[in-house]
Amino acid sequence: MASALINVPKKAKRGDIIEIKTLMSHIMETGYRRTATGELVPRDIITSFSCRYNGVEVFRADLFPAIAANPFITFFTVATESGKFDFEWIGDQGFTETASAAISVE
Amino acid sequence: MKLIRTIAVAGLLLAAGFAVPRLCATEIPQAERRSGYTFMSPDTKAIQDDDTANPGMLWVLDGEALWKRKTGTADKACADCHEDARASMKGLAARYPAYDKTLGRPVNLEQRINLCRAQHQQATPLPYESRDLLALTAFVAQQSRGMPITAGADPQLEPFVAKGRDTFMRRQGQLNLGCTNCHNDNWDKHLAGSAVTQALPTGYPLYRLEWQSLGSLQRRLRNCMTGMRTQIYDYGAPELVELELYLMSRAHDMPIETPAVRP
Repeated sequence: MASALINVPKKAKRGDIIEIKTLMSHIMETGYRRTATGELVPRDIITSFSCRYNGVEVFRADLFPAIAANPFITFFTVATESGKFDFEWIGDQGFTETASAAISVE
Repeated sequence: MKLIRTIAVAGLLLAAGFAVPRLCATEIPQAERRSGYTFMSPDTKAIQDDDTANPGMLWVLDGEALWKRKTGTADKACADCHEDARASMKGLAARYPAYDKTLGRPVNLEQRINLCRAQHQQATPLPYESRDLLALTAFVAQQSRGMPITAGADPQLEPFVAKGRDTFMRRQGQLNLGCTNCHNDNWDKHLAGSAVTQALPTGYPLYRLEWQSLGSLQRRLRNCMTGMRTQIYDYGAPELVELELYLMSRAHDMPIETPAVRP
């Protein structure tokens, strides 16, 4: 039931600087912890996040084991035209999640 | 520091075989009660205040999906009986733990959900602290957000509130501490850099940054008991439910914050 929470303004004026907030459900297991019996818990993290605005990449981040569970990533971009933001999270053990949000620019 | 000194002095007196004078256990006046929220840094408050930044909302969303999913041999979803949770579950969490007539004792929200699963969905109970149980509890409790806590007002609960109060006031464990020694007497101080706070459970289940997860009030109580080096009650133990009930009755009239965020 992994899910994402996305906050993109529904409307903006052309040229406005807008804030985009994303929250992804993920355990971000570091790969350094051991179980009670001493076995290493395999690493399971998100390794990459990207955001495309009408197909053009506007933000990208690499994630590492020191990042806490449920990574919250926020960034700014300039509202240029109406359209869609596409978000993608890629991680260990075949993890991929996508989400999208629409914006109308006047 | 004063608290640590007090503990150290108490320890020395014990070692020397002196009778330890009882620390005064004064209850917090109504007007001075503060939610754990008010002890947090502006950054942590900002996480709780914004539903798209609050990780607890991930569990609430999961809970909403589970609410509508059919399960058990009865093949029923919560929504099949209770319909829209926004209406049917509004204000419910503010009354819990509540008295259960058949069991003759109070049950908390997690136990109520599991009783409902067993009786009406003929499904297996969800384990304590499992993602599904936390999600359903968070979803149900969130419907009461902003509503005043009334738990413990039922006269049938009086003896159980009193038992919970006893547990809260009683010195226990290797450190010989009662909950009251920190949360009534020293709530305005710090313990190892963290605010002690008043033990008013307004936002459970809540997202604790230390846990990197949502957790129940019982998980929090068990954490505290580990710190006191006392015998830890099992999840769902009547003693823990009574303690939950007493804590909720202390928070009478304070608004529900579920899903809250705490450091």
